[in-house]
Amino acid sequence: MRCKTTRLCLLLVSLPLAAAAPTVPAPVPDSEVFSREQIGHALAAPTPQAGHTAASPANAPPDDGQWTMPAKNYASTRFSSLKEITPQNVAQLTPLLSFSLAVNKGQEAAPIVADNTMYVVTAYPNFVYALDLTKPGAPLKWRFAPKPVPASQGIACCDVVNRGGTVDHGKYIFNTLDGQTIALDVKTGLPLWRTRLGNINVGETITMAPLVAQGHVYVGNSGGELGVRGWLAALDEETGKLLWRAYSTGPDRDVLIGPQFKPFYPADRGTDLGVSSWPPQAWQIGGGTVWGWVTYDAELNNVIYGVANPGPWNQEQRPGDNKWTAGIFARDPASGAARWYYQFSPHDEHDYDGVNEQLLLDMPFGGQMRKVLVHIDRNGYVYVIDRHTGQVLSADPFGPVNSSKGVDLQSGRLIVNEDKTTHVGRITHDICPTASGAKDWNPSSFSPDTGLIYIPHENICMDWQNMEVNYIAGTPYVGAEVHMKPGPGGNRGQLTAWDPVNRRPAWIVKENFPIWSATAATAGGLVFYGTMDGWFKAVDAGSGKLLWKYKMDSGVIGQPVSYRGPDGHQYIAVLSGVGGWSGAVVSGPVDPRDGSAALGFVNVMSDLPKYSTAGGTLYVFSLPH
Amino acid sequence: MFSPSRIEILACTEILACAVLLTGCQRAASDLPPPVQPKQAAAVITSALVPGMAHGASSSDPRADAVYDNAQAVAEGKRLFNQYNCSGCHSNGGGGMGPALMDDEWIYGARLEQIHNTLVQGRPNGMPAWGGKIPDPQLWELAAYVRSMSLPETIDAANGPTPSQAPAPVPRKVAQDSGWSPPPGTTNNFTDVIKGPGQ
Ligand code: HEC
Repeated sequence: MRCKTTRLCLLLVSLPLAAAAPTVPAPVPDSEVFSREQIGHALAAPTPQAGHTAASPANAPPDDGQWTMPAKNYASTRFSSLKEITPQNVAQLTPLLSFSLAVNKGQEAAPIVADNTMYVVTAYPNFVYALDLTKPGAPLKWRFAPKPVPASQGIACCDVVNRGGTVDHGKYIFNTLDGQTIALDVKTGLPLWRTRLGNINVGETITMAPLVAQGHVYVGNSGGELGVRGWLAALDEETGKLLWRAYSTGPDRDVLIGPQFKPFYPADRGTDLGVSSWPPQAWQIGGGTVWGWVTYDAELNNVIYGVANPGPWNQEQRPGDNKWTAGIFARDPASGAARWYYQFSPHDEHDYDGVNEQLLLDMPFGGQMRKVLVHIDRNGYVYVIDRHTGQVLSADPFGPVNSSKGVDLQSGRLIVNEDKTTHVGRITHDICPTASGAKDWNPSSFSPDTGLIYIPHENICMDWQNMEVNYIAGTPYVGAEVHMKPGPGGNRGQLTAWDPVNRRPAWIVKENFPIWSATAATAGGLVFYGTMDGWFKAVDAGSGKLLWKYKMDSGVIGQPVSYRGPDGHQYIAVLSGVGGWSGAVVSGPVDPRDGSAALGFVNVMSDLPKYSTAGGTLYVFSLPH
Repeated sequence: MFSPSRIEILACTEILACAVLLTGCQRAASDLPPPVQPKQAAAVITSALVPGMAHGASSSDPRADAVYDNAQAVAEGKRLFNQYNCSGCHSNGGGGMGPALMDDEWIYGARLEQIHNTLVQGRPNGMPAWGGKIPDPQLWELAAYVRSMSLPETIDAANGPTPSQAPAPVPRKVAQDSGWSPPPGTTNNFTDVIKGPGQ
């Protein structure tokens, strides 16, 4: 506390309120983390001259000006080819309309634009709004209230968020917190089918955005903090009928591992590793949920998705590699049969879910163009992986890392730093990155114009102590007490423009709070993102220079989109509404005096209530015209 | 007090040219019963806005007696709070998936029998029902620990960002406290004043 006069100081100290007010802890010293040079590895030196990095047309078709799925396209570039809004004129960007979502919880969804209609799904109770973009003020066409079971709120680990829906073949398809997938008729807002996939009584919720591809709808569960067993399900897009379900743990027949399975690294070959890499029966309650981003590689005909952390967090209760958690699967869309798998964090000790987005790119590597996916993991590394085989070509840290010392590119295995191992009855201090990762769920974007990936992320570390935990169905199965703290430098958030070819950041923008929103890039040369303290910003895609910002009613943790309106002009839309795991101290019923609250995030976010209140609003911006 | 019929009539007399509206208003006005004040105060029913605090002084459940002023009970409650994974949803009282329990806001009441009811029955927004799953004496110990979290003594004993580790025994006088109007000094009400970054 800094005081101007002694009298004021005495006054503040004498107030019990001031004495009890929680403070944000000091940042972890720079010397605690490894540098990129120390732990970044690649199989070959950069060869930028070998070609231009871009997504293939199969995965990123020519932009039609709509934004029909959260990731924009299967390549997940979140890149809009519209260029009316530019670095030169973005200063004039103004809000055209705002629309209250009537829900003051974390709003993580992307507004979806198809056929001049905008679709938005809110956090619980998962209202869906359809707005008519052809009329002034975008009046409501319909609203659908799915009425999820209220009890589902109590088992949602990290706020009652929803990451969006998708429009395809006249349907808006989305998930509800209580475990349903619903297809609405875009004309009427009436359900064409509803399929219940999750069981809240065992702690299952659904928060992810479904992926729709080739007549299939892919949905995965949440609940890794409640001893749920993870799965990915494929539904028939026309009927909602379950086609297949692939579990993330257990015997090969449940994981859909068969003759087609050809993992690149020997450690992933063998029979029933999803059983033998766990203590007896532990795989049944071992997590490995699928709550993040699923995509479809239209070139190689693979469904690709990441698997979340193993449970419980107390690693001492589950010796073994805990397959197939904290890794990435490629599967045959028709049967669900696994084709390859790679484990980012074998025997994860720090809640490093592997569920973040995969950008499907064609990129120069080792002197030739390679079909790769870029995955930016919670464990702190940017992975460049061969899409054919699952081989890691390079793995470089993009945030503060000391829990590991790089990836061994011969075996593919993460080199764990024993100093940051977790124990019962003993606190391990200054583990970087924190449980929510160097980056959490909120997806990056990629611009083929700059060749850069715009990574919205966190700079947070933590103290961690394991505790023995009992499994009680429908209750948390965590077994750890965590207190988070800022990473080196003290800025809790960061926007990193990552050059995947040269394996280094082109530029970095520091933010006070973790960036929990997605980014969107445009051909106009801009990158849009939001901050938890309520600024929606546009920066220059080439330099990161801040060019425009607008103060929203609440913090922004959603996914910005760019689309062409019926009048031919470019628009930018995003939801405000702070919350999510990091924002629980504002949107949740949480007391900031308990640093361990919200799984330890409150410790590093206790000042957020000074900067943002809860909210929930759709904003649309345009240039004056 | 506002009378809705009065307002409509006023609005209508301003638009006398509108016959449709006028008839509509006349009908609305004539449909409404005249406001009648009850002659006798005895006819007024007082409803209970505060759950469990309805009629007169609160009566305490005899089963609660054992855990009042009982240091052993809150200590045992603290152990059970972890053992039954309450801490997974409520942390060390600061909340997360479930609401904070160390603050002075009680949705379902702050008296031990009310907390006990919450534990036995569960609550609709995701609080599991523990009746029949946890032995009843333990439920009372849990209730006592939960109630202790917001006692000033427990709050003051917090050392750093992990509260509720040295729970104070629950004094019998909290039986009078429904949780809706905290006696002064019961907790540090952190929500009262929040200083902005400009301060
Ligand atoms: C799965 C998560 C979960 C678990 C486990 C859990 N709770 Fe809760 N609890 C909640 C939620 C959510 C609410 C709010 C319910 C509502 O408002 O309808 C709640 C409410 C409460 C309340 C009422 C608070 C008030 O303001 O009136 C008490 C007391 C409570 N819980 C105590 C406990 C105890 C003791 C345990 C362990 C035996 C426990 N809880 C286990 C989620 C949980």
